[in-house]
Amino acid sequence: MSETRETWIILGASSSMAGPFIRTLAEAGHGLILAGRDKPDLAAIAADAGARGASHVAQFALDVRDAASFRAILTHAEGCEGQLCCAVFVGSMPDQSQIDAEPGLVSGVVTDSFSGPARFLQALAPMLESRGGGSIVGVGSVAGDRGRLGNYVYGAAKAGFATYLSGLRNRLGREGVHVMTVKPGPVDTAMTWGLGPQPFMTTPDTVARDILKGLRKGRNVVYTAGIWRWVMLVIRMIPEPIFKKMSI
Amino acid sequence: MLWKSTSYTGWGRALSAAGELARPERMSTLARLGAVPAIGARRSYGDACLNTAGQAADMSRLDRILGFDAETGRVEAEAGVPIGELARLFAPLGWMPAVMPGTGFATVGGCIAMDVHGKNHHADGSFGQHVISLKLMQDGKSRTIAPNRGKALFEATVGGLGQTGIITSAKLQMIPCEGPGMEVTEQRVEDWDEHIALLDSSEARYTVGWLDATARGKHLGRGIVEEARSTAVRPQSAPKGSAKSVPFDFPRFTLSRVIVSGFNKAYYLRIRDGGQTRIKPLEEFFFPLDRIRDWNRLYGKSGFHQFQCALPEAELPRLRSIAERIAGSGLASPLAVLKRLGPGSGGLMSFPMAGYTLAVDFREGPKARALISELISEAQAGGGRIYLAKDSLATEAQVKAMYPDWRRWAEACARHDPEGALETDLTRRLSLRSL
Ligand SMILES: Cc1cc2nc3c(=O)[nH]c(=O)nc-3n(C[C@H](O)[C@H](O)[C@H](O)COP(=O)(O)OP(=O)(O)OC[C@H]3O[C@@H](n4cnc5c(N)ncnc54)[C@H](O)[C@@H]3O)c2cc1C
Repeated sequence: MSETRETWIILGASSSMAGPFIRTLAEAGHGLILAGRDKPDLAAIAADAGARGASHVAQFALDVRDAASFRAILTHAEGCEGQLCCAVFVGSMPDQSQIDAEPGLVSGVVTDSFSGPARFLQALAPMLESRGGGSIVGVGSVAGDRGRLGNYVYGAAKAGFATYLSGLRNRLGREGVHVMTVKPGPVDTAMTWGLGPQPFMTTPDTVARDILKGLRKGRNVVYTAGIWRWVMLVIRMIPEPIFKKMSI
Repeated sequence: MLWKSTSYTGWGRALSAAGELARPERMSTLARLGAVPAIGARRSYGDACLNTAGQAADMSRLDRILGFDAETGRVEAEAGVPIGELARLFAPLGWMPAVMPGTGFATVGGCIAMDVHGKNHHADGSFGQHVISLKLMQDGKSRTIAPNRGKALFEATVGGLGQTGIITSAKLQMIPCEGPGMEVTEQRVEDWDEHIALLDSSEARYTVGWLDATARGKHLGRGIVEEARSTAVRPQSAPKGSAKSVPFDFPRFTLSRVIVSGFNKAYYLRIRDGGQTRIKPLEEFFFPLDRIRDWNRLYGKSGFHQFQCALPEAELPRLRSIAERIAGSGLASPLAVLKRLGPGSGGLMSFPMAGYTLAVDFREGPKARALISELISEAQAGGGRIYLAKDSLATEAQVKAMYPDWRRWAEACARHDPEGALETDLTRRLSLRSL
């Protein structure tokens, strides 16, 4: 159990990737504010966290597209003692072909993966600043490192989020708040189930371990699986005239 | 995507299925799947967890603990929770699952559907006897059943091979324990009679015999008897965080007879004369094989079978002759298990019966298959039965003769799953549901 008990706000608590991360925090005795969309699922996750030893657990309905749903979460967080932290797991990835057929979907994707969480973090930031500590974990994607044929709208939103986090790190770092960007490659979740073998696929358990390790070491950007740092380095280096002809 | 076309196997890997699997992460997703058989961690050896050319719901991601009461030791868990996880979380708080099989990876749902037994069966009965209530999803709709609420359905569900619906969660009564440590006494036994005598006289709550299934003649039955009780003493070595794993299928020769009996001898010689008592982490006592992940791959691509039978006490001589046959065949693998069973069982198709149980692994092959078939007939002739969690070779007639309540069970299944949508490769192979 860590020295200081923290309270973690989890946005997108019922996402596959958040599960093991929440469990680890719960077993370490931290407090949890779980925000998500699927109410019965959220209740199961909250019960699980409680049974595993979380010092306190609260659940909130969250719609990242509706900033009004942020208020109750923020108010509750304000009332929690000790260090406040937040991890963002929200995002949405409709098929690129679906978006191509229905341009209206773009703004939803951008809200879910970027502007919604950014708006939440903007409101949260002063709270962490005034407490002079805490951590923010933003889960982006390797898809944000370069726009690709298969998911460039999602990638663009995640790129926006990553840039936002980098700025937030710049701002909050000087106040003792640690902001960490996490970029997972394919993860073995409901989203990838049935897609067939994916390159360097990792599991939600490993993602959780990598996030916690990154936090311990004070890392700024964490790739998971780690090899994606190098894969994306190479992909980013491919000159645009060549890249635009590729479909990877 | 909801469904994935894949091929998969049980733990023994001798049989496989090609079909579609869903792995829902939310109950609402599970409900949308309709009537399909559920599978857990696929720690059944044979075809109980297979559905060739059909669909199945992999329950492993529905694994939340829904409630725990430290006063009463009651826990409510989703079906996908591994049993070892409950022990890991709650033993330090003074509670552990009342019954645990030899692998901590088995899920709560799988433990109910097979009504599993543990090393304390003689003292505490089978898994199903500690189920306070459970939730069953039938064609997307959920209902709660308990020993006194929907009794007929409950008895058909416990040990019921998943044929009455999908178990989504269960309330379990755990038993008190002193902590995560076990005080384990290991004693060498030189032959069959000594082995049985020690199992019989043991007063420990947990007792198990490890048998060198390759020892013949006057050494027949030699091995180690482990007796254990929970202790407040902290174990020295915590179980290693990451288990060792077998990264590839071993070539055929590795398990040659020489190696197998050498391995057994080494295991057996470890114990000093007069026995020894040590404090072990709970996992090490209950799930000794889990420390080597995917150890089933040691048997190579073609896989292996486990023969497990139970025989009534009066048939002890027959059990001995079965052990003799096995030793004489030279086909058996390391570490066979011999246990006492009490009378306790929770369902119509439950395996345990008062007497003894013997479990032995065989590498897949025509000789092993022939031998196992004979052993199954032997068990039947002795009024015993074989364990469906391990079987892939029995016949319809054999199993129906061994499980006298199968008809009542099949009738209940017919009421709750009239279309046979929940059938698995095992129930089809044994025509278990055809009345
Ligand atoms: C190393 C090892 C040691 C073992 N030791 C023991 C032992 O000591 N005692 C013992 O009794 N068994 C033992 N077993 C067998 C094992 O405990 C059982 O096969 C158990 O059922 C495995 O659970 P599972 O979650 O893997 O289920 P699976 O093997 O995936 O499925 C088993 C059956 O349960 C059904 N099922 C699974 N989940 C559900 C659900 N949610 N709803 C409805 N039906 C469901 C399946 O349809 C199938 O019929 C051992 C197995 C291994 C590999």
